[in-house]
Amino acid sequence: MKTIKVSVVTPDGPVYESDVEMVSTKAQSGELGILPGHIPMVAPLQIGAVRLKNGGKTDFVAVSGGFLEVRPEQVTILAQSAEQADEIDVERAVRAKQRAEQRLNDQKRENIDFRRAELALQRAINRIEVSERKF
Amino acid sequence: MASLRDIKNRITSTKKTSQITKAMQMVSAAKMNKAEMNAKSFVPYMEKIQEVTASIALGSKDVSHPMLTSRPVKKTGYLVITSDRGLAGAYNSNVLRNVYQTIQKRHKSPDEYAIIAIGRVGRDFFKKRNMNVILDIVAVADQPAFAEIKDIASKTVGMFADETFDELYMYYSHYVSAIQQDVTEKKLLPLTDISSSKKLTSYEFEPSAEEILKVLLPQYAESLIYGALLDSKASEHAARMTAMQNATDNAKDLINSLSLSYNRARQAAITQEITEIVGGAAALE
Repeated sequence: MKTIKVSVVTPDGPVYESDVEMVSTKAQSGELGILPGHIPMVAPLQIGAVRLKNGGKTDFVAVSGGFLEVRPEQVTILAQSAEQADEIDVERAVRAKQRAEQRLNDQKRENIDFRRAELALQRAINRIEVSERKF
Repeated sequence: MASLRDIKNRITSTKKTSQITKAMQMVSAAKMNKAEMNAKSFVPYMEKIQEVTASIALGSKDVSHPMLTSRPVKKTGYLVITSDRGLAGAYNSNVLRNVYQTIQKRHKSPDEYAIIAIGRVGRDFFKKRNMNVILDIVAVADQPAFAEIKDIASKTVGMFADETFDELYMYYSHYVSAIQQDVTEKKLLPLTDISSSKKLTSYEFEPSAEEILKVLLPQYAESLIYGALLDSKASEHAARMTAMQNATDNAKDLINSLSLSYNRARQAAITQEITEIVGGAAALE
């Protein structure tokens, strides 16, 4: 099967680089699957998992604050933070989740920090789910 | 002439100091290598985001975004990156002098500018002079992760968006090599000089070019700030390394000249003693 080169890049360095058969992820406008030969495209991503399928094997990368750039020969995911499933610090994510939940309980909805806590919660849940490969 | 014991004390204390400066020099050298590697691993991200931003901003003529258009300037923002600690030679003072002179030249009253200070030295410098510091962050790690700096970067970009200031300049020390660092002024916002050396690609946008720019441009500006921070961290360690190298060399020179006068004084004392003995013996005859 045809493959396409995928790299996941963050400000702290490249996280993932490989040739895969299919990339599927959640863009802000909905679920998105990219196969080799896709037309050039840019789409912002939701906080979520990127699934990279190759020969019956699937790799998971947890991404937040990301972009997907598709070119005929290459897919690049630019993210503010990204981790491969087995590199996620689950304990830290669990702690972050608790912290965010507590903050959400303490605060009123109008607060600016509320939005930040919500995002933090999303990121934490995303990391935990990716590390358990629940997709 | 100083007594023998005085000289000896000075030699010992200078030796101790030079041991410390030597250690600091080696620490800085290690940190500089690390900082250089960090800066290098950031390059792919920066290149890519620049390429995409340029493709969208330049490729489609009909898109507009507040961050891309200049507006009448009522207030100017200055983002100044310095270190938290001193002992780095002229590293901090070069940047600060440059900013200070520029501000004095461009603005008449403190209402016309606002300063965002990264690093303790810069913050204290501007606070002491009663300049308008609106945001500061201190104790940035030696090898900063993007997550640490994201907060201040997005706040800064937010201030431009809500018109706290209408343009933003960034001042930092650019790392050229281990022995050369240049103070750099960079206009960060509005993003008027986006360019890419690579060939522009025309993309499909999902959902639309405007929506993407809304998310992409703040991220682009944030990564420019992060890039400048990595750059200036590398400069800081390089500057400190050079400063400590000089200090160690100076200490060595000082020890040499002190040992010389110590030996002279010692010889003088011996000569004097001999003369006294000889004189005493001669008096007895």
